[in-house]
Amino acid sequence: MDNKQVLIANKINKYFWKPQKFHVLKDISFSINSGEFVSVMGKSGCGKSTLLYVLSTMDTDYEGELILDGQTLTGKPNQDLAKARNEKIGFVFQFHYLLQEFSVLQNVMLPALKLGKLSKQEIEHNAYEKLKLLNIEDQALKKSSRLSGGQKQRVAIARALINDPMIIMGDEPTGNLDSKNAQNVFEIFQRLKEEQNQSLLIVTHDLDFAQKTDRIIEMLDGRIISHGYK
Amino acid sequence: MNYFLLLQIALTHLRSRLRQTSVATLGVTFGIGMYISLIGFMTGLNNLMDDITMSNTAHVKLFQDIETNRKTVLDKVENSTPMTVVHHLKPKNTRKNIRNSINILDILKKDERIRDFSPRLTTQVFYTFGSIVLNGTALGIDPFKEQEVFDIKANLLEGSFEDLDSYANGIILGSGLAQKLSVMTGDRVNITSATGAQFSLKVVGIYEAGISMIDDIQSYVTLATAQKLMQKSKDYITDINIQLHDKELAIVLSKEFSQRFGCSAQDYITSNAQFEAGSGIRNMITYAVSITLLLIAGFGIYNILTMMIYEKMDDIAILKATGFSGKDVKNIFISQAMIIGIIGGILGILLGYGTCLAIDQIPFESPAIKSMDSMPINYDPKYYIIGVAFAMLTTFLAGYLPARKASQIDPVDIIRGK
Repeated sequence: MDNKQVLIANKINKYFWKPQKFHVLKDISFSINSGEFVSVMGKSGCGKSTLLYVLSTMDTDYEGELILDGQTLTGKPNQDLAKARNEKIGFVFQFHYLLQEFSVLQNVMLPALKLGKLSKQEIEHNAYEKLKLLNIEDQALKKSSRLSGGQKQRVAIARALINDPMIIMGDEPTGNLDSKNAQNVFEIFQRLKEEQNQSLLIVTHDLDFAQKTDRIIEMLDGRIISHGYK
Repeated sequence: MNYFLLLQIALTHLRSRLRQTSVATLGVTFGIGMYISLIGFMTGLNNLMDDITMSNTAHVKLFQDIETNRKTVLDKVENSTPMTVVHHLKPKNTRKNIRNSINILDILKKDERIRDFSPRLTTQVFYTFGSIVLNGTALGIDPFKEQEVFDIKANLLEGSFEDLDSYANGIILGSGLAQKLSVMTGDRVNITSATGAQFSLKVVGIYEAGISMIDDIQSYVTLATAQKLMQKSKDYITDINIQLHDKELAIVLSKEFSQRFGCSAQDYITSNAQFEAGSGIRNMITYAVSITLLLIAGFGIYNILTMMIYEKMDDIAILKATGFSGKDVKNIFISQAMIIGIIGGILGILLGYGTCLAIDQIPFESPAIKSMDSMPINYDPKYYIIGVAFAMLTTFLAGYLPARKASQIDPVDIIRGK
């Protein structure tokens, strides 16, 4: 079971057309196993964030094949992709991206309410569990705009976890945090991997952060130059 | 469940932008409110004008017209060439009364399409007062039937039409005429008929139609008195006014009667052609004004929703990133528009109704229109339903375009833009 492949990218190519044609991702192929904590590193502009958006199904303008949980997502209609994002992917952005007018609890609950598999009471219970996991349950009823940067990022992680996704993707989730909070976020990810066998794929600039993960995928000019297998 | 969730998100958005939401709602409220009050006022006025005109016009009027287009003797000659032309054909000395009137009245009585009818005898008379002789018209009527057909009672200043029947020689004068003759109810006036017969009649009432052309020359007497003035028999009448159950039948029936009875018949549309044209134009203005008001409200909503969506770009990206589809996002914004439309529409109805009640209170007294003491208002619920339906339609359309745009936004574009 440990060797089950959660995410497979097969020969992914992507071009930017504006302002001129630019080959941003070149023949990207790799896979992530269940319970693996992988980081992606590379210089600015090497295409690592672009890759992450392709993998998260938010960007559909690419060539190649994307398989999540044994299911090919390439070429699926938007409705199906939205469902896959909802159910199987937890996304953490560099900027927390919470809904400002909603409470912390509502922010965490929304993806689960959208999924609609559990009753509202159960979802609320789960949301509190996730907030507890991240030590932020005392802020649950505050408006999300009232929290500090570190707190917001933890809420965003709780939201990413609410539907127990196959994989958590992060686009520089610590990029906007001080070192103490960055350390905090890393520990949370580490704990999720150890306690819940959570798969994670995190794009980062932070070498300290990356070195503590299972492996580092290094990118340069749109190609993977190292898969980081030891 | 899913839609309920989207509705909650929409409501939270609206609540958090309370001022914008209120402005958009007030835009709809104002549009619908003005629509209802304006259309209530304008159609109220139109209905009043209709009533006034109709109260003086029968649906169908039968009378004996002077025959001018009759065939000449030459036409009747056999083998005459079609080339004969007779210029300036003079009318024959045709009768002014309706032929065979007793039979006609009997037939009309049995016709179920007819609500009421009233025979009349219109005749020229001279009112003499000292050395003055005033030219005028006397209408011989059956007081009870005439009241069924026309609302003449509303114009009566003094006396009653029943008195006309109980006094053998009673007369009801127009107000201008009574003033000129310097008489009041109870006095006597002398009348000379066209045939030269003289009568002394007792004034039993004074009426005012509000039109001086009528009030200065016209008087009512009983049919019997008029026949005596004319020195004619009991069946001598000049016109019959008919009111129908369904006034739309007027054109058909007037044709039928004129063929059947051999007299002329005129429907109310022909007799009021000018009025009908004016009424149509007034209606067009009413609709133009109301559509303009509703469109302005619609543009207001479109603007505000477009702004809201630009402000909510981040939210759209977040919702999409966490698994809400483009359709969900579209439904969220359309719900916002519809909520604004429904609340604005309902408030608009209340505003419109309130304004109508207020306009209704404004006193408006006109000597021309006795039955009116304040502004006329139409409270027909039809316009309230149209108002709300239009509010919802415009807000839906105004919300649909920006909402569709929001549904098409690629979350990556927003996130990358940061």
